[in-house]
This record gives sequence, structure tokens and C-alpha cells, in this order.
Amino acid sequence: MERGGEDQRSEPVLSVAALGKRFGERVALRDVSFELRAGELVAVVGPNGAGKTTLLSILAGVQGASSGDVTFANGARPSAAATGASGHRTDAIGWAPQQAALYSKLTVRENLRLFARLEHVDDADRAVALMLEQTGLVARADDRVEQLSGGNRQRVNVAVALIAEPRVLALDEPSSALDPGQRARLWQFVGALASRGTTVLFSTHHLGEVRRYASRAIVLADGEVLFDAPPGGLLVGGETDLEGAFLRLLEERGHS
Amino acid sequence: MRALLAKDLLILRRSRLLVGVLVVYPVAIALLIGLAISRSPGKPKVAIVDQTTPGQTVQVGSKRVPVSTYAEQLFSQVQPERVGSRAQAVSKIKSGSVLAAVVIPANIAARVGSGLRQAQLEVLYNGNALEQSLVHAQIESALAQANIGFSEQIQRAASQAIGALLTGQNLGVLGAPELVGLGKIGPELHAIAKRLPPGTDRARLEQIERFATFAAQNLSLAKNVLSTIGQPIQVRTTLVSGRRTPLNTFAVAVAVSVSLMFVCVLLASGGVALEREEHTLSRLVRGLISRSGLLAEKALLAAVCSFALAFAMLAAIGAFVVLDWSRVGQWLAALAFGAAAFAALGVAIGALAREVRAASLLAFLLSLPLAFLALVPSGAVGQGLDDVISAISFVFPFKAALQALDAAVNGASPSLGGPLVHLAVLTAAFGMLARFGLRSLD
Repeated sequence: MERGGEDQRSEPVLSVAALGKRFGERVALRDVSFELRAGELVAVVGPNGAGKTTLLSILAGVQGASSGDVTFANGARPSAAATGASGHRTDAIGWAPQQAALYSKLTVRENLRLFARLEHVDDADRAVALMLEQTGLVARADDRVEQLSGGNRQRVNVAVALIAEPRVLALDEPSSALDPGQRARLWQFVGALASRGTTVLFSTHHLGEVRRYASRAIVLADGEVLFDAPPGGLLVGGETDLEGAFLRLLEERGHS
Repeated sequence: MRALLAKDLLILRRSRLLVGVLVVYPVAIALLIGLAISRSPGKPKVAIVDQTTPGQTVQVGSKRVPVSTYAEQLFSQVQPERVGSRAQAVSKIKSGSVLAAVVIPANIAARVGSGLRQAQLEVLYNGNALEQSLVHAQIESALAQANIGFSEQIQRAASQAIGALLTGQNLGVLGAPELVGLGKIGPELHAIAKRLPPGTDRARLEQIERFATFAAQNLSLAKNVLSTIGQPIQVRTTLVSGRRTPLNTFAVAVAVSVSLMFVCVLLASGGVALEREEHTLSRLVRGLISRSGLLAEKALLAAVCSFALAFAMLAAIGAFVVLDWSRVGQWLAALAFGAAAFAALGVAIGALAREVRAASLLAFLLSLPLAFLALVPSGAVGQGLDDVISAISFVFPFKAALQALDAAVNGASPSLGGPLVHLAVLTAAFGMLARFGLRSLD
């Protein structure tokens, strides 16, 4: 595995050590290890079935790992399932799944308030107002989610993930259903989050977005980490085609 | 959990069509089933072709029974429509205005009076196999009732004639009011014989006296035999346990149980499946609420809503059917345990299904046959099938809920305790199945 470019000066906010996940006989993740630091914007890329969504959902606490360890800076573990305990809250990480996980019959404000209450946010109304403002959804606050466009739904999806002000935000293919304009606005918002110190880990198939926005790229294939460094590290010599470099890496490692 | 409950109530409030269907549909089905059970089939509409001449009678000894009595007996068992000829009757059957026709032949009096040949009626009917079966059963029953009534008339006439022979009553039409009864001949002859000197005449008279006494005794016995033949077996019924449940109050228990089941199972299964369909399930169970807590919340909401609806339905029906309100505590217990078991079944279905439509369809497809199977009387089908139906009814909550409600409302057997324990066990079992179903998220 290629590594490089990690900022070793600050303490990691998230440490992943030898993480493994099996679904019966099938190995979804194999010995995955990395660390994330405050304000990093890290992309997880890889072909379909590489384990990107599985990795993010384990970090978010949606499912448990078969082996390995996930530790946040404050000592919180990602979930109940990951540790075998039950009812353990996961407020160290916010999670926005690939498909917007929202109640379509509720308004934007009602969705945010519900998840704020479930996350035990101290002042739910203040948090909702702040999030509506940060995501530019004030004008749509009282619209039902079923009336929103795909782009606005994704913004609400991310807003729900951020409602408890987590230190780490996991976004599973956040831009997959968005048009170019919506994608640009989303990355502007995510970039602003990172600049304020929130660590963002996102999965994507758009290597252009990786090159443009990510400070680091983790390449996964068949559950293994093949590369973990700034995206430019994938390019060799005077190479400029990141997608070509990505495919070459997969081929060289026998994952084509 | 309170936040989730409030959210689900808000979603329900905004899904008016869904709520309307959830309430109206099961109530309509429940009322239909209740009506079907409580209403016995009406009298069949039958065309009667009476070919006998007016005033025709059947001679029974010294008595006469009008043949019209038979037609009257038959008329009381059906909705009669008199027609003039067999051809008209056939036409009415073909047009569907009557279910069948009965032709009373002109020779009925002669045949019954002969005592040698049975009188014969002709029954005409039509229709598909189901209609034929229904008509056959209903006409057979009506004719059997009419036959019993007519034979009672004949038996009574014969009995009166024998009584007259024995006691010497006035025979009216024969115009012999002073006729000595057979029962008095023996003692009369005995008195005369005692006054005669011993000899051939006295011996001959004593021989006739013995015959008269013997004949009177046997004729008296024949009268008793006639009344026995009129209704050879009487029925005495005994309910082994519980109290007799009127059909209409049992229908109330069925109707309310069906509504409770549909509303509860559909709400609970839909509630859980909705979390999957909206992709919010994974967001919730990553630490915001435990899987068991989520299932409990969905089950609680469904149970409370269906409980309230079922109780309101029971109270509304109570305005039309006499229900024992002193048992209201038992009604509430039966409804609460039933709602809990149906809710557990519902969340299990919702946990196994991936989307609301699939969950609703599965809930519906499972619930309807369960209700019908639970209503099949044991013994109405073969032993093997009866065992299968009993096993299915045992592992799903409908029959136990119906038994609990029937016991609570009607004091029927089995008593309330057994079904409540059964429902509690089923609640736990389906709760565990639901919890297992949600594990598939991993």
C-alpha cells in the first residue's frame, strides 16, 4: 500500500486499525487501517463492490466489524454493533447515507428537529435554525421533503448528519444524484465545513471531485486499501489523467 | 421513543387516505363477516304447482285430513309463489325469479289414503353446481319439515279414530253417538256371562270377552306407538362448558377481532417497513435507538390505535346488540392482549419485508386466510385437514384473540385466562422473530 502526505503534527480524530468485515464466506473488508485528522477532506474511491459503503457504515455505527478497531479521539466507538454492546450512542460521527434517509411526509424543519431530539442535542431549536442557515435551506424549511429536488434532499440529508455537530462527517456518495450546479454548491458547503475543522470522509466514483476537493484519497479494491495519500500521488511522472492513473493502479495490483 | 411516536402520529395524520383505508376497509370486512355469520339463510323462493282439487281430503279411519294442509306446511317453509302449471313453473325457474318449483300431484290424496304407496312430489330446479347444491339442501329441508307437519296431522287423526274405537266417543260423521267403545265391551260381556248358567253359551261368551279385552289392550298400545312414530326421537341439548353464545354476539366478537387484527397488523408492519423504505432505519439504529426499542415503538403505536378502534367499534355495536357492560374489564383485557399479539406479528412482517407495499400485501395475504381458518368449525372438515387448521390457528394470534374476546364478551368457553396466556406467548415469539428480521441490516 502506498502512503504519504499525512499530517503527523495533530492528533488523529479517528483511528481505524486492522478493520475486517465478512458476510459469510465473502470478505468485504480486509485489514483496513488509517487515521483521520481534524479538517481533513478524505475521499474513499474504488470500483463497485470495493467495500466503500461497508467501511463508511461501520465507521458510522450502522453495522459492526468482524475484526479490528475503530476509535474516535474522545474514546467513543462507532456503535453498538461494532463493540457488541447495545444502545451506545454515536455522536462523534455524523453520517449521510447514499440515499437520503429522511421522512418524506415531514418538513425539512421537522426532520431536523426530530433527529436533533434523537441525538439529544441540548438546544434543538437553535441547532435546527443554525443548520437551516448553514445549508441554505431557510426558505424551504417548511416544505415537505417529498416536495424537494434531489439536490435539496441531499442537503437536508447532510444537514441531519451535522445536527449534533460531530467532529467527523461520513458522506456516502453524496453527489451521485446531483447535477453539476448542485454538486458545486454541495462541495462548497462541505469545503467550508472542513475549513472550520470538521473532518469529512466521503466515498465517490467521480475522480474529478477527488482531485478538486479531497486533501487525501484512500483507494479500496476488494476490501483492501491500495493507496492512501493526496490524490496527486496517484499520478506518475508528467501524468495528468487521474482516472487513467487509478485504473493503472488497479491493474498493477491485480484488481482490474 | 416519545419523539419517534410523535413523528409516526404526525405521519399518520398526514396520510389521510391510508388512515381512511386502514379504518374503513377492515371495519367493512368485519361487518360483512359478522352479518354473514349472524344471519341465517332466508327462506328460498319456490314456485308451487298444486294440482290437487280444492277440498280434497285423505281418509284416515273415521277422520279426514285436507290435502291443503300439506301445501300450507310447505308454504310455511319457503317463500311460496303459486303458479297454475308445471310449464309456468319451469319458465319461472329459467328466468331466475324462483329458486325451484314443487309440483303437488293430483293423486297425492289417493296415494296417502291407500296406505300402500308413498305419495310423490316433483321438485324442479336449475343453476350451476353451487346453486344446485344450495337448492337441493334447502328444498330437502323444507320438504322434510312439511312432511313432518303433515304426518303429525295424519297421526293425530289416526290417534283420534283409535281413541273413538276404544272409548266409544261420538264418531260424528258416522252418526253413532251411542257406539260402545272396545274398552267397555269386555267388562259388559263379563257381567252378562256371570248371569248365564254354566254351559256352552256362557263358555262361548267368555271366549269373546277375552278377545275383546285383548283387542282393547293392543289397540291402546297402537295409539301409543302412533305418537312415538310421529316424532320417534326427541333432542335434549347440554352445553358442556361456558354458557350458550347467541350467534349475533359471537358475530360481534368475530367482527371486532377481524378489525383489531387488520388495523394492528397493517399499521405495525407498515410502520417498520416505512423506516426501511425511507432509508431511515439504518440512521436510527446506529445508536439513536435500539432495534428492540424501535420495534417496541412501532408495536405500541399499532396496538394503541387498533385497541382504541376496536373498543370504539365494540361500544358502537353495543348500541344495537345487547352486550353485558359489567364485563367491560374483561373486554379491555382481551383487546389489549390481542392487540399486543397482532402488533408483534405486524412488526415481524414489517421487519422481514423491505418496503411498505410488500409488507402490507404480506400482512393482508396472511391475515385474511387466518381469520377464515379460525372460523372453520372443528369436525366440519376431515381429521387431517382439521389438524392442519388447528396447528395454523395455534401459531397465529387470530383464533386466540377471538376466543379471548368471545370469553370476555359472551362468557364463552374456553375461559379468558387460557387465551390470554396463549396471546402473551405469541407476542413474545413474534417479537423475537421481528428482532431477528431486523438483524438482516447487518
